[in-house]
Amino acid sequence: MSALTLPARLLSRRFGAPRALQVGAAIVFLWLSLAAVPAVFAPYDPIVQDLGATLIAPSLAHPLGTDNFGRDVLSRIIWGTRLDLAMGVFGVLAPFVIGCVVGLVSGYFGRVVDALLMRLLDVTISFPYFVLVIAIISVLGPGLQSFFISVALVGWVSYARLIRAQTLVLKESEFILAARSLGYSKARIMFRHILPNAVLPAAVFSMSDIVIVILLGSALSYLGLGAQPPAAEWGVMIAEGQVFMATAWWISFFPGLAIVLLALGFSLVADGLAERFGVRE
Amino acid sequence: MERFAFVLYRPLQLVPVLFGVSAVSFLLVHSIPGDPVRILLGTRATAEVLAKVRAQYGLDEPLIVQYFFFLKNLAAGEFGRSIIFKTPVMDLVATRISPTLFLLSYAVLLSVLLAVALATWAALRRGRFADQVIRLYSTAGLGLPAFWLGIVLIILFSIRLGWFPVSGYGAHFFGHLHHLFLPAFTIALALSPVLIRNLRSSLLHEMESDYVVTARSRGLPGSWIFLRHVFRNSLIPTITLLGINVGWLIGGTVVVEQVFSVPGLGSLMVGSIFARDYLVVQAVTLIFACAVILTNFLVDIVTVALDPRIRL
Repeated sequence: MSALTLPARLLSRRFGAPRALQVGAAIVFLWLSLAAVPAVFAPYDPIVQDLGATLIAPSLAHPLGTDNFGRDVLSRIIWGTRLDLAMGVFGVLAPFVIGCVVGLVSGYFGRVVDALLMRLLDVTISFPYFVLVIAIISVLGPGLQSFFISVALVGWVSYARLIRAQTLVLKESEFILAARSLGYSKARIMFRHILPNAVLPAAVFSMSDIVIVILLGSALSYLGLGAQPPAAEWGVMIAEGQVFMATAWWISFFPGLAIVLLALGFSLVADGLAERFGVRE
Repeated sequence: MERFAFVLYRPLQLVPVLFGVSAVSFLLVHSIPGDPVRILLGTRATAEVLAKVRAQYGLDEPLIVQYFFFLKNLAAGEFGRSIIFKTPVMDLVATRISPTLFLLSYAVLLSVLLAVALATWAALRRGRFADQVIRLYSTAGLGLPAFWLGIVLIILFSIRLGWFPVSGYGAHFFGHLHHLFLPAFTIALALSPVLIRNLRSSLLHEMESDYVVTARSRGLPGSWIFLRHVFRNSLIPTITLLGINVGWLIGGTVVVEQVFSVPGLGSLMVGSIFARDYLVVQAVTLIFACAVILTNFLVDIVTVALDPRIRL
């Protein structure tokens, strides 16, 4: 129960949560519940083909129609929530952790370590994000595993920058001086004292980053470099429907709408958090 | 003019970054699993032949020496040969670069037009219905997948209405304009939300500043104040933002070229990934990185030219 009371209190009106945060959190919560128990909401199996019911337009039996294999589009979207949500959330987690460590180390140690890490950062941001990710995937081979590895290798830079900027200010503050005079180890000062005070802008950014990574992941799957068919993933579904766009527009249309709505939830949460905590992106 | 001194020394600061970018591209191709000579000669080649060919290509040298060979070739404009097209990678790139450049500039133009129109409209009607709708678009639009948007626009404007071709590049300038309208508009719709958010908030910020009150009190007409002062000052952060987003823009082009089968660098890159034509992937990656570095440099110059207070 207590695990739920904190988010609930954060969202309550008394706490002064902005409207954007409340609406965004509600949208994200709806998608999370679809991802938690897709079998409860999905009327059909997402993978099993029904060749007697192919390319049916949206109707009562199939609210969002069926694809060329007779699979129910609504059910595939609901099951796909798992994959796309996982790509967004886990695709942000690794860059977040790497970026925090790099930013802390770079900002706290300064000098040569900082100079080297920042040159590495300069080089990484010189590549277009998407282009470097697909270049790495071309070496690792298509698939979700490659997607997570390459996002981790490329995505850490934004977090490292945010954490480093905070660390540079915080390390001069009096409570860090006090911690140092008590003889605390560098690791303890960095992770126990600086990180909790430096993490807020990075945490707020991670919400907008989830949007970016969901778009990236679905675009890669659309190109055939991410999730592979017959997986019920929204980008895969859009690619499969493109062949039939002249006759069966619904196969591609609704999965894309799902991406927009999931992304909208996280964008609103990001806006709301930025407003609530006065963080400028 | 001393404000522009960075134009001279910034290229020197970029040298280590360029070395880093080339090293990453080099290592990328180098870390492909498998022995390239073995792949080239097949499984029946003897160890002696393998060693000979390896020496011939310099593959028996230490990594750092191989990297210097790579740099030397780059300096001569030599990217290697495509294993699929059997032509020098450089020639391949040369034929594919103009559709991409055309599409990129077209998309930037449409994005800026869209962003300026909608952000100005929203800022002038602050809090009213138009502002609410534009704000909804600029939030929901952050999550617009460009590849999906492209398909939706094809269904609407190519298949249903028949106004634009489904794919291709077309012949001559006006053919390009016609063929690339939907791809460019797709990118513009996906890019402009970021620009609108930024431009709208800086317009509102500038409209409330003291110099506007002063200008009003001197009896200057509102449209004059808006165009000459507010608008000009608000545009500077938006141009910077556009510069920051050039990497995103290139990424968007890669996907959108694929959706509309535009014969550009992006579709070349994606095709080469599936064909395992690694040297092409390497060359395109390197070119895109250089484009980002160059654009950021140009944006810095424009920013300094527009705002006399900025010193870099």
